[in-house]
Amino acid sequence: MTQHLVVVSAGLSVPSSTRLLADRLTEAVRAELPSATVEFIELRELATAIANHLVTGFPNEPLHKAIESVSSADGLIAVTPVFAASYSGLFKSFFDLIDPDALTGTPTLIAATGGTPRHSLALDHAIRPLFSYLHALTVPTSVFAASEDWGGEGDAFTAHLPGRIKRAASELAAQMRTAGPRTTPADDLTPFAQQLSDLRFD
Amino acid sequence: MNAMQFGIFTVGDVTPDPTTGRTPTEHERIKAMVAIAQKAEEVGLDVFATGEHHNPPFVPSSPTTMLGYIAARTERLILSTSTTLITTNDPVKIAEDYAMLQHLADGRVDLMMGRGNTGPVYPWFGKDIRQGIPLAVENYALLHELWRKEVVNWEGKFRTPLQSFTSTPRPLDGVPPFVWHGSIRSPEIAEQAAYYGDGFFANNIFWPKDHFRKLINLYRERYAHYGHGTPDQAMVGLGGQLFLHKNSQEAVRRFRPYFDNAPVYGHGPSLEDFTSQTPLTVGSPQEAIEKTLTFRESFGDYQRQLFLMDHAGLPLKTVLEQLDILGEEVVPVLRAEFAKNRPANVPDAPTHAARVAQALADSDSAPKEANAS
Repeated sequence: MTQHLVVVSAGLSVPSSTRLLADRLTEAVRAELPSATVEFIELRELATAIANHLVTGFPNEPLHKAIESVSSADGLIAVTPVFAASYSGLFKSFFDLIDPDALTGTPTLIAATGGTPRHSLALDHAIRPLFSYLHALTVPTSVFAASEDWGGEGDAFTAHLPGRIKRAASELAAQMRTAGPRTTPADDLTPFAQQLSDLRFD
Repeated sequence: MNAMQFGIFTVGDVTPDPTTGRTPTEHERIKAMVAIAQKAEEVGLDVFATGEHHNPPFVPSSPTTMLGYIAARTERLILSTSTTLITTNDPVKIAEDYAMLQHLADGRVDLMMGRGNTGPVYPWFGKDIRQGIPLAVENYALLHELWRKEVVNWEGKFRTPLQSFTSTPRPLDGVPPFVWHGSIRSPEIAEQAAYYGDGFFANNIFWPKDHFRKLINLYRERYAHYGHGTPDQAMVGLGGQLFLHKNSQEAVRRFRPYFDNAPVYGHGPSLEDFTSQTPLTVGSPQEAIEKTLTFRESFGDYQRQLFLMDHAGLPLKTVLEQLDILGEEVVPVLRAEFAKNRPANVPDAPTHAARVAQALADSDSAPKEANAS
């Protein structure tokens, strides 16, 4: 039973700490689910296609593929830098293009990076509600990595970054094990007779 | 009679010409639409279809007025819509307006049903947008009945009941206009078209083909499911979009400012991206022919091909030149090429004469129902 883990990273620089965090989370999940296949989606590479889709209404081929991958993932890791107290515009624009039903029940780990730990609640005030709207199954632990976390050792209130990564990854892996591979729902076409009788008109 | 019909459809937008900054008046645009329709007939096209819009910058709010006027100035052209708002127009009025037009045009009329391009149109006509699909379903069911039953007793959810009502005039020769159902995204509409054995028009001009392949395949399968014939006998129409010049680079050079500023897709993907992903061809007649012929590979043999030729502020003179090239160099080749290897069981495009003949044949044979509804 191979499960497919899709990792969306909205980092802007190369290399980026957002991608670094995404990589660390991915390794931690794979340590628990060695058979899972992994696909990375770097939104930076799709930025123009995302803008074009927003104004024209259709994706180019690479973006189409990314949307399909996210929509059919067995597990999702979504990592964004925090800009102006929230997800980055690029991150939100990408998820604006995902069908509102496509992530229903998808085990999802959310994570973010920022210059200072003061931004950390953006995960719970902005990013988690976005995935709640999409009916994703977000795991309780979200991971925020501020610049200082990369060398820090945690404090009295918080585990250090590797500890948080491990906890979040374990939660995601557990959800993926429970959920099993996705089944694609059958097309829910309403037969015309049904449409007519719904109107009590036949 | 043509196996396939070729024509043009217009949105009727009033858009500034980005190369001159000049915006035509509504009067100029309306007269230009008439001139374009007459030109379509002159260059040998089969169909002219006008949109129905009730908001600026669009002018064609009253399609039967315009099409009636064009009917008087043409001989062969089939007059159609792209689309008629089945959601917000009273089906009684549609039944009567288009039956009247059918008489005046001696049968050269069909319609494409649609749900409009903007949400606010619903309240302008006293309707609720949340009921979009149910309105399309109920209103069309009534329209279908009004054209086929002399005396109609009817009760529905969205309008007052009818008792012993007869819409007038009756359809010409007792045969209602052929109906296409247009959709860009809703499988419900493909299902509706299939149920009635009507045509399905996929205006594929803005989206990549995979999406439309699914929608058209669904329509074909459901058409067969409802007993109207085999999947390849379903009636399919497709959109397209061209800008032509004998020299391909020159076509791109001339069209680019219009493309870059077009209301619908301007300021988005490049012209090159758009032509590679959608049916838009900006190039030589040969390129237009090659691209259009690929539609058959994607969607199967089909009955009607409409091109969008007159939007985004293109001046009338340019549009008329484009129609000359379309009629002289593109469509004759397409007719010949599409005719090759077209299976014998694939029906010809619908005409009034053929439908009258079919109705006669049906009434001569066993007393079976002509329509599944």
